[in-house]
Amino acid sequence: MSIKIALAGNPNSGKTTLFNDLTGSHQYVGNWPGVTVEKKEGFYEGDKEFVIQDLPGIYSLSPYSLEERISRQYLVKESPDGILNIVDGTNIERNLYLTTQLAELGVPMVVAVNMMDLVNKRGDKFDLEKLGRRLGCKVMGISAQKGTGCKECAAAIFKYAKEERSGEAPHVFSGSVEHAIAHIEESIQAFVPKKAIRWYAIKIFERDKEIISQLSIDPEILEHIEDHIVDCEKELDDDAESIITAQRYEFIQKLIGECVKFNQKARQKESFSDRIDKIVTHRILALPVFAIALVAMYWLAVSENGPGTKMTDWANDEFLGDGWFLPFTQHVYETKEAGAETPWYEGKTYDEASSEYEPHGVNVEKWQAAYIEAYDAKHGEDAYEKDTEGKGGGEFAIPDEALAGTVSAEAWLEDEETGEIRKGNVSETDGLISAEEDEEAESDLKWTCDYPMYKRSAEVEEPDPANGFGVRIPGVAAICGDFCQMIGLEEGSLAYALIIKGIVGGVCTVLGFVPVIALVFLFLAFLEDCGYMARVAFIMDRLFRSFGLSGKSFIPMLVGKGCGVPAVMAARTIENVRDQRMTVILATFIPCGAKTVIIAMFSAVFFREYWWIAAAMDLTGIAIIVLGGIALKKTKLFGGEAAPFIMELPAYHLPTFKGIVIHTWNRVKAYVIKAGVVIFPCCVVLTFMMTFNWTFGLVGENIDQSILASVGRFFSWFTYPLGFGNWQGTAASISAEIAKEQATATLGMIASGDGSAAANILAMFKEFAGQDYKFAALAFMVFNLFIPPCVVAIVATFREMGSKAWGWFAFGFQMFVGYLLALNAFQIGRCISSGHFGAWTFVAIVLDIIVFLAIVRPAPKVN
Amino acid sequence: MKTLSDIPVGKTVKVKKLLGEGPLKRRIMDMGILKGVEVTVLKVAPAGDPIELNLRGYDLSIRKSEAATIEIEEEN
Repeated sequence: MSIKIALAGNPNSGKTTLFNDLTGSHQYVGNWPGVTVEKKEGFYEGDKEFVIQDLPGIYSLSPYSLEERISRQYLVKESPDGILNIVDGTNIERNLYLTTQLAELGVPMVVAVNMMDLVNKRGDKFDLEKLGRRLGCKVMGISAQKGTGCKECAAAIFKYAKEERSGEAPHVFSGSVEHAIAHIEESIQAFVPKKAIRWYAIKIFERDKEIISQLSIDPEILEHIEDHIVDCEKELDDDAESIITAQRYEFIQKLIGECVKFNQKARQKESFSDRIDKIVTHRILALPVFAIALVAMYWLAVSENGPGTKMTDWANDEFLGDGWFLPFTQHVYETKEAGAETPWYEGKTYDEASSEYEPHGVNVEKWQAAYIEAYDAKHGEDAYEKDTEGKGGGEFAIPDEALAGTVSAEAWLEDEETGEIRKGNVSETDGLISAEEDEEAESDLKWTCDYPMYKRSAEVEEPDPANGFGVRIPGVAAICGDFCQMIGLEEGSLAYALIIKGIVGGVCTVLGFVPVIALVFLFLAFLEDCGYMARVAFIMDRLFRSFGLSGKSFIPMLVGKGCGVPAVMAARTIENVRDQRMTVILATFIPCGAKTVIIAMFSAVFFREYWWIAAAMDLTGIAIIVLGGIALKKTKLFGGEAAPFIMELPAYHLPTFKGIVIHTWNRVKAYVIKAGVVIFPCCVVLTFMMTFNWTFGLVGENIDQSILASVGRFFSWFTYPLGFGNWQGTAASISAEIAKEQATATLGMIASGDGSAAANILAMFKEFAGQDYKFAALAFMVFNLFIPPCVVAIVATFREMGSKAWGWFAFGFQMFVGYLLALNAFQIGRCISSGHFGAWTFVAIVLDIIVFLAIVRPAPKVN
Repeated sequence: MKTLSDIPVGKTVKVKKLLGEGPLKRRIMDMGILKGVEVTVLKVAPAGDPIELNLRGYDLSIRKSEAATIEIEEEN
């Protein structure tokens, strides 16, 4: 039989630090059943015999807050073998309030007075032995941060638990109250467990409804008890709950008077924490300080040149992609052998060489594709493939030299990630093509590649990163590709596509988020542990309260600008469940980094003259949060009195490195596990649908034959009122659920034509909606920005909402908002521009009125 | 009748009575705000609400609406 110890204490008492100290990496984080309150369990020094159960940080065992109910339910129902109560020595008076309640449970208990180092520094003197005698349990001094005394107190509680040695609960209350409690104890003996009888008696005295209803005591006995309580109340002229609370504090004050000698001089002096707080929560300075913290967070996690973006790029493109150079080993290419011919990239680094090579690569690729097309046109369908089988020896075969002279292709530089066409100038000197990016240039970067130019480009040797540029570590995708070839899978075969595109692609989608999640949580854990988060709530509460959110909601929304996944997870720092859920629902409306790609592409293709379109999308996101918050707050689910805002502002202290790392690690681990279970299969399925047709043949570039296209066709009725009711728009939106930027990539693949990807997409939307194509494009963009986020974020949302029902609520709300906005963009936009008024225009107007009323209606009274 | 929400920053007052009910009152009591206890108003948030208090050797922030349920003793 293992011994189970409950670790209980106030928030900010150093409970988590002590827990980390005692269990190290042997801890398991989950949720308490049915709620999103974190449940942490660990093994003392890894020994499975000794279980430590971390309870939520609480101030009291009253029945009102969720954490308190969870804790007392655990303490009473599951009855641990012992309680380790940690109290903050620098804030002893309020901390002992919980101790007096825990002592009544009749369970072996050890009280660990934490922060003894600070207490000693201040010059306060504790008589721990006397304190223990009066409380009826052992009291020990520790410093969780320094790690002193932790092992000793753990050893003590495990020893006591084994011996089942519980002290007698202190008699806290005045004569008449103790008398009433004794009466209650007598009459409820038959109904409650013997050891916790005092605790039950006091709860009944307090008229705790939850406890009374659980016990099923005879109504007669209850009536009799009630008489005793009323007598007491009359005598002391107060209600029972107040009597108990007040007398507990009186007892503690007396206790402290006897056992603690405060150094009054040190108490009067301004502490380090006070001095920080003078600036941080200063009436005026608070805001710039907060702004700095936000900018730091933003820069760290999501800004274009910040470490978060760099790490994400590195993880996606290099570590999970082609490969990467070991730091500090990258160097310019140098020919080693004397007298050997030097390649053109001699003296260049790989990055320089590969960017110079890029236009040649494009030339080769485009011209070859054009050649195959021309060849097939001349010699019959699939002629090229048949005629060149087994020929060429790895090189591109040109079976019809005469034809080659006539083939030319339009080549252009395209940003592979965004599908954006870069502007620039192309020049050709000495047979080498160079493409320079030029912001000023009017034309797209595009040139015609004819046969001679192709031949020149084909002769330019492609630099090989693995050869001569530094120590190259192959990326995950590259390794998997090599592995497939090693076991004899050919590129282009079904199994190869499944493995590389489906499985490797799926894993990479999941893991690509890890760096940014880890960074955000490192930063948040720091803010939380050092005590700043409470100040953020203090500073921002007034503003966010006005649209139904908590002061702490700001941080998740800011994180959401970069990525919705850590944003949704960051909402956990909000204690109030209603506020937390609302923040989760609303945070992903801020366009994230991937959605910015959609905005960038659409504004480049459709809205060149409207420079403000990107800012307008951000503002729309903010407006949804404000108005959505106001509307949700008026529903039954989120309505009612605002939760009381009574929050401790803990003294600042430097968090421990270990604590922050463990915190971050737990979050990342939870994400990866969840992601692996849900997101990964989703990615595999979606990739499969894009790559194959119904007979499991590869579709290659012809996405119109893929499974995804037919699914898109099936759902096109849904997007019909939005102006892109065809398989292309629908399929692009579905594929965007893997990752939002996929919307543009898919559109680019689908929109076949002669021009650039941008021109093709433009033509496609003209085909969808005729002269109103801009409104269809706007609707498509708005739809993809504001419907539920990518599948990764949706999974995170479901997880953080705590239940499937809540998850679907969030999903439905987001879908409604996104759909309505897109409907407005197309129907109302078209109506204003060309006077077209149809049934859907009417629907849009009706829905708008309903939403407007939902926002402005007076808040219903909740009893 | 004076409540804690009327007290200017920097002043220390004594609590006379709690006017709230139910969970709110219990929460306030649990945090140690009880009859006779001395409370100092330390600060006001930039937007004028909530306020920061000091009592029993620690700092607590509450909204003005909650502070209005805490009656304090008039000075003599």
